[in-house]
Amino acid sequence: MNFTLKIWRQKNQKDAGRFEMYEVQNISPDASFLEMLDVLNNQLVLQDRDPVAFDHDCREGICGSCGLMINGRAHGPGRKQATCDVRMRIFDDGQELVIEPWRAKPFPVIKDLVVDRTAMDRIMQAGGFISARTGGAPDANSTPVTKENAEESMDAAACIGCGACIAACPNSSAMLFVAAKVSQFALLPQGQIERKERVQKMVIQMDKEGFGNCSNNYACEAECPKGILVTHIARLNREFLRAKLV
Amino acid sequence: MTLDSKVPDGPIEKKWSNHRFNMKLVNPSNRRKYSVIVVGTGLAGASAAASLAELGYNVLAFSYHESPRRAHSIAAQGGINAPKNYANDGDSVYRLFYDTLKGGDYRAREANVYRLAEVSGSIIDQCVAQGVPFARDYAGYLDMRSFGGAQVSRTFYARGQTGQQLLLGAYSALSRQIGTGGVKFYDRREMLDLVVVEGMARGIVCRNLKTGAIESYIADVVVLATGGYGNTFYLSTMAKASNATAIWQAYKRGALFANPCFTQIHPTCIPVSGDYQSKLTLMSESLRNDGRIWVPKKSGDVRIPSQIPEDERDYYLERLYPSFGNLVPRDVASRRAKEICDKGYGVGKTKMAVYLDFADAIKRNSKQWIEEKYGNLFDMYHEITAEDPYAAPMRIYPAVHYTMGGLWVDYNLMSTIAGLFVIGEANFSDHGANRLGASALMQGLADGYFILPYTLGDYLAKTKFKSLATDHPEFKKVNTDVTERVNKLLAINGKQPVSEIHKKLGKVMWDFVGMGRSEKGLKKALKLISEIREEFWNDAKVIGETDNLNIELEKAGRVADFMELAELLTFDALHRKESCGGHFRKEYQTPEGEALRNDKKYAYIAAWEYTGAGKKPKLNKEPLTFEYVKPSERSYK
Ligand SMILES: Cc1cc2nc3c(=O)[nH]c(=O)nc-3n(C[C@H](O)[C@H](O)[C@H](O)COP(=O)(O)OP(=O)(O)OC[C@H]3O[C@@H](n4cnc5c(N)ncnc54)[C@H](O)[C@@H]3O)c2cc1C
Ligand code: SF4
Ligand code: FES
Repeated sequence: MNFTLKIWRQKNQKDAGRFEMYEVQNISPDASFLEMLDVLNNQLVLQDRDPVAFDHDCREGICGSCGLMINGRAHGPGRKQATCDVRMRIFDDGQELVIEPWRAKPFPVIKDLVVDRTAMDRIMQAGGFISARTGGAPDANSTPVTKENAEESMDAAACIGCGACIAACPNSSAMLFVAAKVSQFALLPQGQIERKERVQKMVIQMDKEGFGNCSNNYACEAECPKGILVTHIARLNREFLRAKLV
Repeated sequence: MTLDSKVPDGPIEKKWSNHRFNMKLVNPSNRRKYSVIVVGTGLAGASAAASLAELGYNVLAFSYHESPRRAHSIAAQGGINAPKNYANDGDSVYRLFYDTLKGGDYRAREANVYRLAEVSGSIIDQCVAQGVPFARDYAGYLDMRSFGGAQVSRTFYARGQTGQQLLLGAYSALSRQIGTGGVKFYDRREMLDLVVVEGMARGIVCRNLKTGAIESYIADVVVLATGGYGNTFYLSTMAKASNATAIWQAYKRGALFANPCFTQIHPTCIPVSGDYQSKLTLMSESLRNDGRIWVPKKSGDVRIPSQIPEDERDYYLERLYPSFGNLVPRDVASRRAKEICDKGYGVGKTKMAVYLDFADAIKRNSKQWIEEKYGNLFDMYHEITAEDPYAAPMRIYPAVHYTMGGLWVDYNLMSTIAGLFVIGEANFSDHGANRLGASALMQGLADGYFILPYTLGDYLAKTKFKSLATDHPEFKKVNTDVTERVNKLLAINGKQPVSEIHKKLGKVMWDFVGMGRSEKGLKKALKLISEIREEFWNDAKVIGETDNLNIELEKAGRVADFMELAELLTFDALHRKESCGGHFRKEYQTPEGEALRNDKKYAYIAAWEYTGAGKKPKLNKEPLTFEYVKPSERSYK
């Protein structure tokens, strides 16, 4: 398959950045999107041109490193896929693909398609944990958890922290990401003690980092590679209100 | 060099508790005065950094990732072992110890393996306390499954994302410490060298991947938790960035490298499909709980699987190993798959694959039951191959997956350089010549949560430290070495992209140093590796500048080290004239094609010592003695 690529190039944070056009040929339909970019990069290297920087690591949809806007869609047009899961067979031969980095104020571009998402880590550092220090934990089976709650908690915990929800949101809201963590712990008995403190601290940090508000756009859920549901945002709102009331 | 394993005296069940009592402690109010560098924040590093900071030490943590949550550990699927015996099926610490030692084909230290089994139960407790959403049964208790090499259900899991959930648990503990200032986290920093001052590891030199700056950091001890070196083979199930640079540079600074040839090839991966391929995807071993492996009895049979009747199928693992069946250890399953494909029974386009079939399990239970257990794995398979594994069997083939070898450490997890500790996949301990499934997560977390925090304290309490600054001549020298190395890479200016050369190296490693090794093949590999190295230093094209993010430069540095490590790995494989676990030498096998160990000559840990560029490494041996489990032929019949 052949493709025309329109890719965002930006040398560093200060550079204004611009689109550049490239062509790739003879791409296997079974190749992944990132493997297609590998082919492009080898081509560029041989032409003495700077290869396109993009983040990636596991290439199996779990580390959350990859994250590209492909034709205006976070992680491309497929559902429940990370960029590395996208295979070239889903595009048309000869199609033009516009590739951009995540765009959100709290995600400054480091280079080309690589952005700095450490703002999400700082939200976690503010309260995204259960303070169980190493040692002294009771026997694992001494705290039963209903299967239902365990399953729902796991659904939320499946978030890979990729930031697609934020990139897809017109307000750059991080609500889905934060809600996933808050839900995971709110559903477990272990998470009860710090329940109020956690949600407050995470939300305060989220605002501090400059993430926007949720206006029920639901673009986040549509683009989330792990199928995190917006019902978690509803829970986040309830948890936040509850924490404020008391 | 004499290798002192520092294994404590006393009966095996008492060694660790006695040792803990005998260790010196650092007074809580003094801990703040000590600083610890932890390189790598995967399961091992994140759990260690968090636990050490909780104790009060001043921790500096480094990773080439932007966030600890991106570490390769995140990709582990199947589960983590612990002998909780919740299933009431006869499990015990002793049985896990026995299974792990036997699974490793008697090439690990008994005392270490016992300790691992002993602390593993606490890991599950700790993780549950952190809010790790393990799978539960309908009564709300923890659910378990079985993994290869075991006949009990001791594997705890969180769907097919156990590594993710455990890493997120450790990451949350670490985040808490970063938030309160107990840990300072340096993101996107790649350690490129170790600084040893007067025989003690005292710091590291990193490249700041965002700015290109070469930075030096000082501490009282250095902990390496940098993962395995499977990417030496180019194609593997490892994350793309996983590399050996940290342990390789430490080796060149005097740490011994143990059993580099003990690499694990995992039996159930999605087969290679084309030349563009950048990595291989694992299908978790847990699938072998319910999937049956087979090939057609007739070689070259091109019928689609559903048209091959039951009596024309060869369920070869069930035939060869009636008691373990599809749950034989990985090395055995991989070797048998290769053997049957080499004989022409393989399936699929390339004929280098076997079937993993769930039809019986779907019939016995239901599609929904399978979906609940393995849904995400089935989705992943579907996504990659565009085939529906509910309708037709999966096609699988072995791939490089894990490295049992690594830096040599004593019982305290300290390398041969004082103050350099090595934990997780980066060290060589515990798994011998073959690792059982669900044991790497267990080992990484055991090291990080429950072993290192004690042994590191003991070292600090017993050692006097000089105060240092980064203008110390040794720091300056290492900083200059690193800068020169970086400049040398950029100056090659040849014609081949780095990844193409890496691919060539990988092919040689897979063909001659993979599943079937022979003297002739290994010698050939040594020759080819040195040619590829030559090619790299003359013809690689490393483009770009040093003063910003440079992905080609990052790759080039890693590949340069892989090429050197490949040589040591091959050298080790050549010297070990026996077969054991994942190290299978064609010349040494039983009439049934099983690995033939030579305990008289090779019951030792091969710890290699760097002697200078272009010189032969020196072999040091740590003899292995077995007091509790007598080595026998590993039988899974
Ligand atoms: C696909 C897959 C599935 C698996 N499934 C299972 C399973 O079900 N059960 C099981 O027990 N095991 C499993 N394993 C094995 C297990 O996941 C790994 O062995 C284990 O997670 C390794 O953990 P670690 O902390 O030692 O290293 P890693 O998780 O690899 O972490 C390495 C860390 O070091 C950092 N680093 C490395 N080099 C440098 C450097 N030079 N400078 C700075 N930072 C550096 C990285 O950034 C990273 O933070 C699986 C492995 C794979 C590949
Ligand atoms: S909620 Fe979904 S889209 Fe957002 S960070 Fe998590 S996995 Fe990514
Ligand atoms: S590269 Fe890991 S999620 Fe895409």
